[in-house]
Parts: sequence; structure tokens; C-alpha cells
Amino acid sequence: MSEAAVTVDAVTKKFRVYHERNQTLKAAVMRRRRSVYEDFLALDDVSFDIPQGSTFGLVGDNGSGKSTLLKCLARILYPDAGAVRTRGRVAALLEVGSGFHPELSGRDNVYLNGSILGMNRDEIDRKFDAIVDFSGVEQFIDQPVKNYSSGMYVRLGFAVAIHVDPEILLVDEVLAVGDAAFQEKCTEKFVEFRRDGRTVVVVSHSMPSLRNMCDNVAWLSHGRLVETGEAKPILERYLDSTRTDTTTDQDGAVRWGSGEARIDGVDLLGASGSASSFRTGDEVTVRIRYTAHERIENPVFGLALESHDGVYLWANNTRDLGHRIEAISGTGSVDCTIPRLALQPGSFQVMASIVDQSTTHVYDYLREGARLNVDFGTPVESGGYLALDGRWS
Amino acid sequence: MITMVRELRAAPELLANLTRREVKGKYKRTVLGQLWSLVNPLAQMIIFTAVFSFVLRVPIPTGDPSGLHNFAVFLLCGLLPWGFFVNVINGGMDSLVANENLIKKVAFPRAALPLASAFSLTLSWSIEMVVLLVALTVLGAASLLWTPALVLVMALLFAFAFGVALLLSVANVYFRDTQHFVGILTQAWFYATPIVYPTSLVLEQSEKIGSLIGSWTLYDFYRLNPMERFVELFRSLLYDNRWPPLDSTLYCVAWALVALVVGAAVFRRHEKKLAEAL
Repeated sequence: MSEAAVTVDAVTKKFRVYHERNQTLKAAVMRRRRSVYEDFLALDDVSFDIPQGSTFGLVGDNGSGKSTLLKCLARILYPDAGAVRTRGRVAALLEVGSGFHPELSGRDNVYLNGSILGMNRDEIDRKFDAIVDFSGVEQFIDQPVKNYSSGMYVRLGFAVAIHVDPEILLVDEVLAVGDAAFQEKCTEKFVEFRRDGRTVVVVSHSMPSLRNMCDNVAWLSHGRLVETGEAKPILERYLDSTRTDTTTDQDGAVRWGSGEARIDGVDLLGASGSASSFRTGDEVTVRIRYTAHERIENPVFGLALESHDGVYLWANNTRDLGHRIEAISGTGSVDCTIPRLALQPGSFQVMASIVDQSTTHVYDYLREGARLNVDFGTPVESGGYLALDGRWS
Repeated sequence: MITMVRELRAAPELLANLTRREVKGKYKRTVLGQLWSLVNPLAQMIIFTAVFSFVLRVPIPTGDPSGLHNFAVFLLCGLLPWGFFVNVINGGMDSLVANENLIKKVAFPRAALPLASAFSLTLSWSIEMVVLLVALTVLGAASLLWTPALVLVMALLFAFAFGVALLLSVANVYFRDTQHFVGILTQAWFYATPIVYPTSLVLEQSEKIGSLIGSWTLYDFYRLNPMERFVELFRSLLYDNRWPPLDSTLYCVAWALVALVVGAAVFRRHEKKLAEAL
């Protein structure tokens, strides 16, 4: 167990970012010089070991180099300096169904894809039934795959890939394929992989699935290794860091944004004025009080609701609802009225934001704008978050 | 080149399956299916025979010692190898660009792509050559006896064509103009090769002009073209039924080796960068 399945040794990978690329002969001849480019360090001197039998996650923001690293492990890309050493057969699930020929039957494609992934004929013969069974497309296996639905296509591709039986499996966010039943099959297969003492390396953005699966992780940022080791503490620290401009104000509220406008508070208004407790079915008005330090054209106000255990339940913003606000300056407020509160009793978190018209630039985002407590009202239903007023007949 | 061969030998199934994909995929959903690979050269034969034999009345030599005198088979002895050569080049050039997705997502010996394309074309070419052999036999030539030598010359042309295809496949990744440029080049090359006319016509003209540079005549330059020599080899075996001249044979061997070594070296050097460059 102590021996490393994969050793990443001082791996550096440069990409050329072309400002003007001579991809046509004309461009090369006309400019009579080499392409203009800058080197971009996608991976900068990254070293770590992936222990045998572990499930290892690579985390980091977009562009942190984790996918590049995975491709280096898969030997699709080659590092400019340093080396990747792997012990055992490697299979990469970077994209499923690549290499399928649409006009060929599912059966032919299983053989084609299997051999591209490095299986020989006997091996595919032996596993053929298991592959088809796993994919759930038995009935259509002799049909050309172009007649498959996209789900069937992906399932068949995934089924082939997962039956390569590698000692080291590299996975890039393909866990999210297929319906719930198929996902369950995949999860089972990964568990089986781990039981067999195989090594799995995963790149994913899904924190919950990483937290569930991984023993160890490596955290990359801008091509550099931040830290590597046991999964849980590093994932926590990574999550904390994802909001670099997050601040905690004097009231203890967590917020981020550029600050041209600020949310001063979020009030919950019922029939009898400001309150924090409501009943299911009540009318609630959410008022966002703000101060704009400068004139802001076309701002977009948004609200979101989370359950006490962090489930994202609802969001609503002025742009999507067609409520255009010309401009704001100084202090003011906007109201959002909810005619009937369709929530089961419980405690909820109201989040508020002011963003620009494209909703990509955040002026201010207040995480815990208000706490909304809900008591029994009408309708009274059995459980969950939502009170949808279901009727039996 | 040796590592490349070793890599490819380690993946025979991959090659077989990729080749099968090419062969099966090409004529899927056509009524004639694989027959199309015969229809094309047949149509070309009819057109060229009509234009060059009937209208332009290009004189052709009589096969010695076979005694053949038939424009259609004279033409096919050059046209079929030429068609194969051009198809391998074009197929190879296309193979990397068309399989961009695969190259970016899966690790496997990249040379398998142009090679599988060349293999699938070899299959259809072989069928064409068998049909030609049958036709020659029906016309009374003893070409069947020369089959073993023919297979060797075919292998030689395969090596030459594949070497060029390797080189151009990489070039096409970096400069997509390559395929358009090669399209024009092959057109000129076609007429610079004695396919629709015999070499003797060029010799006649060359003698009228005299030497061009030093003692070099037009004919000497003309004969630098490796495809001219390949056609000579095929015609000697099939149309004349005799051994091809030794110097031309050696010339073809040299070209095949150079093309293969240079092609493999260039491919090898750029193979690892393909995923980025595409």
C-alpha cells in the first residue's frame, strides 16, 4: 500500500498562447515571421505521489491546471520538464464514446472503442456481455449508434471504458452521465474498484462527490501545487479560499462583491410589519435596503433561499422577472412580494445580491441577509422543504 | 522508426479495428457498397479512354513480349497504382485532423490512424488489381505469372505512399492549407506521370529540344519523378510481362526508404504535440 501508483515529479507544462497564429500558409508567408505567442505555464513544477489503492482527487479553480495534469497522467499531453511515472495499466475516462463511428453498430463500436482503449480481442470477447449489460442497450446493440439517444451513446461509451480494468483509472467529471439508475451503477463500479485496491484519480467540481469518494487530494492553483494530503481538511480549506474577496463584516455576515453598491439589510415584512417568523401560506414581502456609492445603471437585484442544511431552494432576480431598474444612486430599497409562502415549517436563509446587467459582475452579495422562520400554517403537509398544497382524490 | 513499429505491433487489434471502421464506414448506406471502389476506376477508365484514345489518339506501345495493344489496360496499369498513391496521401492527411477528438481524449499510438487509412485503401486497391489481372489474362497476357513480383512492387509503392502520407498528415495539422495545396500538386503530378500517355512521347519532344542544363535533357528531368518509375515498374510486369529495369527498381526502393524514414522521423517528432496542436 505504501508504494505510489503514480509519481508526479516536478512536472512543468507550457502552452503557447497565440496572439497571431500562422495556421494558414498565407499567414506564415505574408507575415514572414514566426507566430506571435506567449508561454503560459499551465503546470509549474508540480510534484506529488498518488498512493496505490487510494481514490485521489484533483481540485482547483477553472484554469488551475488540473485537467492538464490529468492529461499528462493519461499520456495525451507530455510535460515540458519533469516526469510522470505510473505503475500499472492506465485507463482514462476523459470523454466517453470518443472514436465511436456513427454508422457502425453498437457491437462493432464496442470492439473499436475497446481496442482504442487498449483491450485485445479476447478480452473484449470475454467482457462483451458484461459491457452490454452494464450499458443497458442490449436491444439496440446491432443498430448503428447514430440511432442511439445521447444517453444510450454515453452509457455504452462509459460501459466500455469502465471495463478496461486498469490498475489506475483517470476520470474527468464523467460521473455525471445517465439517469439516476445508471449513476448508481457507476458509483457501485467505483466502489468495486476501490475494494480491489485499484487507484482512481478524479477531477471534479462537485465538492459533495469528492468529499464522499476521495481519500487524498491535491489542490492546484494557477498551475502550482498548493497542498496535497488527506482529503477532508484540504477540501475545507479549498472551499474557504474559493471566495478570495469574501469578507466578514462587523455583524458577522459573510459578503463579497466589488462594493460600488452595498446591501444594508434585508427585511421580511408580513401583514403586521417587520417580522422574522411566518406561517406557511402567509404573504411575505422581502425588502432589500441598499446604498449605492455611485450611480449604477441597470442594476439587477436578486434573492435566493437556502434551507438550514444548505440546500439551494429558490432564486429570483429582477432581470429574469422583467422588472427593469433604470439606475440607482444613494440609498433606497426594492421589494419582492411572495403571495403565499410555499415552505414547510423550518428555518431558512435568505441571500440577497446586487449584480450588473449581465449578472456576471457582483457589486455585493450578502450570504445571510435574513433568517426566515416558518411555523405551521396552511396547508399542513407531511414533510420536506416545500408546501405545494397537494390534494388527494 | 523502430519504436513506432514496436508500438504499432503491440496494438494489432487497434489497427484491425480502425481499418475495419474505415472500410465499413466508407460505403455504409450506399446501394452498391464496396462495389463503389471498383466503379470509380472503371468510370475513370472509360472517360480517359474516350478522351485520350478515341479523340486525341494517343499512340501506345505494344506489350513486349505480351503482345498486348489495348489502351484501357495500358491506362489501368498506371491509373490504379496512381489512384492508390493519391488516396493514401489524402487519407493520411485527413486522418489526424478528422480524428481530433480521439487524439485529444485517448492515448494510443497515433500512427495507427494514417496506417489504418492506408490499410483500408490497400484492400480496395488489391481488389482493383485482381480485376485488372483477370482482364489482362482474358486479353491473353501472362500477367498472372508475375503476381509475386507485382505484390513486391505494390508493397514498395505502399511504403512510398505511406511515408509521404505520414509527412503530410503532420503538415496538415499545422497548416490546413496543405490539403488544398496537395490537391493542386497531385493534379499536376498526374500529368507529369505517364498514365494517359506513354513515356516515349516525352522522349521524342525532349530529343527535339536537346539538352537543357549541361547535358541534362527534359527527359532526364522527367525521369526524376518517382511515380514515373513506379508506373514503369507496374507496366513492365503487367503490360509487357517482363522484369522491370534494375535502375528504376533501385530508384523506387530508394525513394520508398527515404519517404518512410523521413515520414516516420517527422511524425515521431510531432506525435507528442498533436493533442495540443490540433
